[in-house]
Amino acid sequence: MYRYDEVDFRLVNERVAQFRDQTRRYLAGELSEDEFRPLRLMNGLYVQRHAPMLRVAVPYGMLSSRQVRKLAHIARTYDRGYGHFTTRQNLQFNWPALETVPDILAELAEVEMHAIQTSGNCIRNTTTDQFAGVAADELVDPRPYCEIIRQWSTFHPEFTYLPRKFKIAVSGAEQDRAATLVHDIGLHAVRNAEGEVGFRVIVGGGLGRTPMIGSVIREFLPAKHILTYLDAILRVYNRFGRRDNKYKARIKILVKAMTADGFAAKVEEEWSHLKDGPATVPDGEFARMAEFFTAPAYETLNADDPAFTAKLAESPAFARWVARNTLKHKVAGYRAVTLSLKATGVPPGDATAEQLDAVADWADAYSFGELRVSHEQNLILADVRETDLFALWEQARAAGFATPNIGLLSDIVCCPGGDFCSLANAKSIPIAAAIQQRFDNLDYQHDIGELELNMSGCMNACGHHHIGHIGILGVDKQGSEWYQVSLGGSQGEHASLGKVIGPSFAQDAMPDVIEKIIDVYLAQRHADERFIDTFRRIGVEPFKEKVYAQAAH
Amino acid sequence: MPKPLIKDRQIIDDAWTLVRDAEAGAPAGPAILPLALWKTLRDSRAAADTGVWLAPADDPAELAGAAAELPVIAVDFPQFADGRGYSIGRLLRERYGFAGELRAIGDVLRDQLYPLEQVGFNAFSLREDRDPAKDIAGLHDFSLGYQQTFLRQQPLFRHAR
Ligand code: SF4
Repeated sequence: MYRYDEVDFRLVNERVAQFRDQTRRYLAGELSEDEFRPLRLMNGLYVQRHAPMLRVAVPYGMLSSRQVRKLAHIARTYDRGYGHFTTRQNLQFNWPALETVPDILAELAEVEMHAIQTSGNCIRNTTTDQFAGVAADELVDPRPYCEIIRQWSTFHPEFTYLPRKFKIAVSGAEQDRAATLVHDIGLHAVRNAEGEVGFRVIVGGGLGRTPMIGSVIREFLPAKHILTYLDAILRVYNRFGRRDNKYKARIKILVKAMTADGFAAKVEEEWSHLKDGPATVPDGEFARMAEFFTAPAYETLNADDPAFTAKLAESPAFARWVARNTLKHKVAGYRAVTLSLKATGVPPGDATAEQLDAVADWADAYSFGELRVSHEQNLILADVRETDLFALWEQARAAGFATPNIGLLSDIVCCPGGDFCSLANAKSIPIAAAIQQRFDNLDYQHDIGELELNMSGCMNACGHHHIGHIGILGVDKQGSEWYQVSLGGSQGEHASLGKVIGPSFAQDAMPDVIEKIIDVYLAQRHADERFIDTFRRIGVEPFKEKVYAQAAH
Repeated sequence: MPKPLIKDRQIIDDAWTLVRDAEAGAPAGPAILPLALWKTLRDSRAAADTGVWLAPADDPAELAGAAAELPVIAVDFPQFADGRGYSIGRLLRERYGFAGELRAIGDVLRDQLYPLEQVGFNAFSLREDRDPAKDIAGLHDFSLGYQQTFLRQQPLFRHAR
């Protein structure tokens, strides 16, 4: 993975010093609340319901075991012993004291981490495919490009105060696991007829209040032009994006107002001045970055090692976990393992300091000392030998990390909601817990099969409810907490936005509602048909009928 | 009493009068005029005494033809978190070749000085209640950066790393 050089260290340390001074001036009354707010937000610091929340950047989801141990240490020392992984591959601490945040940042800087631009109206952490570098369908490893974009976006002076937050996603694989269609900018790697690598440029997607699928504004952008082209897009947005209404300030609104073609023309015009300028990325820089992301020293192994297959035959529970929570690797004899942070009764995405330490140990023992955070709020050990899977499974099970539910109903994607977040309309964690409890029988879940359930506590859609096969949104109805259900959302290549099925429900009705939806699916599905495919075939009506039938009496 | 101005990393007395209101007309002597007023008066005033300021929504291209003769262009920041002026700064410097004084006016505070200087501003008229002697330190928040900007003509990756 990327390693800091002297320059990177100098920058994060200067940022720590700057933020320490900003915090001091705020506490001394030299900076007003309004003046401090954008400054602290740009450093990932929110003031939430109970305490500040600090969001730490995990650039494109990659972590080393050393970094994870540091996060565990911070959780123990400055927080209440746990952290929360977000849908944007970052980690949040929910209980730090404002005065200690500069010290936390200094500790993070020691292990090449920071909280730069994890919030605020600026370019946020770039995200990518959690299986980057190991996925079998990969065209190019997206991580060198992500790192180039990370550096470009870090303290970009021209784009310090954008109209609104700005998120970039990069996908290097055929299957889009980075949700490039629902980001402010999505870059999806493609090869042209000459075999040259470039990117399809998608602009103006996004969730939140006005969910939209992005528009392609350029079918092929040669890789060396990515930064000048990003400069051009951002400049058009920075100058012309709306600033009078925060709900209309995202780039998607500008793209819609100008039309995708009109926006593309404006960007191309701007780019004509920047193209081939100094920010054009030289081959040497791509090569330098690629060096950081070379494949680890894989052993030459045979697939289906006899000891491994024997264990599979011996232990159905192990076999089920392997089938659900591991992914075929491009190298024979290896697998990518997803550790589930979705055990019933634990807030989705939460990990304790002890669990973090354990994961760091497994990363060292079994996966070259690295791990990744997934958009679904789970952790991934990307390079585990099949022969090590049984030992890893036993330890992960003891630590509460081996629920074989990846991609199933209880693998709920969920924002912190009303328990923590001051913007929330409604709680999300207790609803997730109630649904997990209702469907606690894993056999039943396996029978239901692949199903993505996403939940957000408000319109900001941090839980990406629009792209859940089942989406749940917390709404406020005369001061009480209600839940709106949508169906038919999906992420990836054929991303679609879910449709609201009707009036919202009270909290305690939610497990029943979900169960009725599942009943309709089970009654109507064809053999081997996933929930989303059944939904696409039969439409929303049968679900509506069943869910609202009782309410009529 | 003349107001203090940070210019070229020094604190000096500001010789210019800022005319905020286009209706008010222009005083004698060095004055920075709103774009609309500048357009009507530019031919009747001494070029050396006539500057112009742009609001965030103004188009810097309107000054393209006058970049060589203007002694000062100011860009207004009605709120420090309105970042449009940063792009205006770069365009004036990098596209329209403006080499005179580029001044940030309005809600200009310590924590924005570093990025403002990077995009081409060399003069800062801080908000009234601020102390330039203290806040000038903000110019030194960072000693380097990754990107190409007006001050750093080459991005970091074009230097050996
Ligand atoms: S979706 Fe709303 S409630 Fe949930 S974390 Fe985001 S802002 Fe908070």
